Amino acid sequence: MHISEGVLSGPVLAAGAAVAVAGTAYGLKKLDFEKIPRAAVLSAGFFVASLVHVPIGVSSAHLILNGILGLLLGWTAFPAIAVALMLQAVLFQFGGITTLGVNTVVMAAPAVFCYLVFGKIVAKGGPMGMAGAFACGFFSVLLSGVLVALALFLTEENFFEAAAAVLGAHVVIMIAEGVFSVICIEFLRKVQPGMLPGAQ
Amino acid sequence: MIAETFAFGESPVHRLDPRVRVIVGTLFAVVAALADRFDVLGAALGLAVLMTFAARLHPLAVLKRLALVNGLVLFLWVVLPFTYNGTPWFYLGPLVAAKEGIRLCAIITLKSNAIVLWSIVFFSTMPVATLGHAMNRLKMPVKLTALLLLTYRYIFVLEAELNQLVRAARIRSFSPGTNLHTYRTYAYLVGMLMVRAADRGERVHQAMVCRGFSGKFYCLDEMEFTFRDAAWGGFLALVIFFLAIWQWAL
Repeated sequence: MHISEGVLSGPVLAAGAAVAVAGTAYGLKKLDFEKIPRAAVLSAGFFVASLVHVPIGVSSAHLILNGILGLLLGWTAFPAIAVALMLQAVLFQFGGITTLGVNTVVMAAPAVFCYLVFGKIVAKGGPMGMAGAFACGFFSVLLSGVLVALALFLTEENFFEAAAAVLGAHVVIMIAEGVFSVICIEFLRKVQPGMLPGAQ
Repeated sequence: MIAETFAFGESPVHRLDPRVRVIVGTLFAVVAALADRFDVLGAALGLAVLMTFAARLHPLAVLKRLALVNGLVLFLWVVLPFTYNGTPWFYLGPLVAAKEGIRLCAIITLKSNAIVLWSIVFFSTMPVATLGHAMNRLKMPVKLTALLLLTYRYIFVLEAELNQLVRAARIRSFSPGTNLHTYRTYAYLVGMLMVRAADRGERVHQAMVCRGFSGKFYCLDEMEFTFRDAAWGGFLALVIFFLAIWQWAL
């Protein structure tokens, strides 16, 4: 979910940049130098995984994965996403320098939110853990969509219908991402439980 | 395939000090993002096109990127004129197109393309490694540049890992569709990618410790700031400053 360059107004861009800088600074503060290689390779993994297109009916969507990213990286999700978006901007021109802040918040704030709210539930495992994983995938996409819609709406009230359309288009993706998260998290629980929250 | 299409070339822009490119690129993007006058944005787009030629970028490759970026812009053209509450301009069946909506779409189109073109010229004309070093020299947080450089280093490795997993699935006759089997396969695939990434991250860290990594990330790139960099940088900054004056003071 990217907002292109040139769409948003100055105040929205500035607010996004401010929140992104604060979140990234906090995430970096919590990230030891020791952990940087691990965080970098994981965020490279997410960068690559988001290139995978999953069929949904006649169409297909790429994975967003910010919920799972939040679960695995915690607060580090903020700098990791900022870096991934920088790479996408430079390599593919998705997003760009002025929207970097807003786009980072759109993707990273839900990731950290899901980590804080559902991390403990997912750590428990069992049916509750699965429900937590679903909520993680579902709400991370929902919140990202809401943030995109909000950024558009605050720029220009007449963006309302366009913003609503963006949000509506993501309803199916929310469910798909929720299901995807459950399976992916349960897989990790079997194969490498040390990666899930609460294991350290 | 992840590729750095514009990173290598022979042109005045490619020879420019990366720090100058990062600063000039950012300044222009900020001014253009805040501007809302047709003439200013038209001039900005013209300048960006001019710089694309100065950088001797392949026009077809640039156009391909622009086409991708204009997806959202196109979506706005379809929706915005008809949902904007303003003076009606023309009717399309039951739909009313508002003048202000069309104006806004046009402004966004100009702005978006100007910034994207300029960003291609000034950010994408260097490898990400150089961008990381430039950020380091511009006193960005060390941890952030280290994270950027290492992430960049490993996206190509993990892309190869992903392709390997996809190939393995295909050999087992996996054909994607909208069903649970497909979702499970992809979820396992992504999960496996993450497991391998985490393992690799651990090994990378150990290898770095073996070579004496003690928490400081060095960038050895010295980056020479020459007279030509000063002249080009000064000239481009002046042009951007003029755009800002034109927008807000004239």
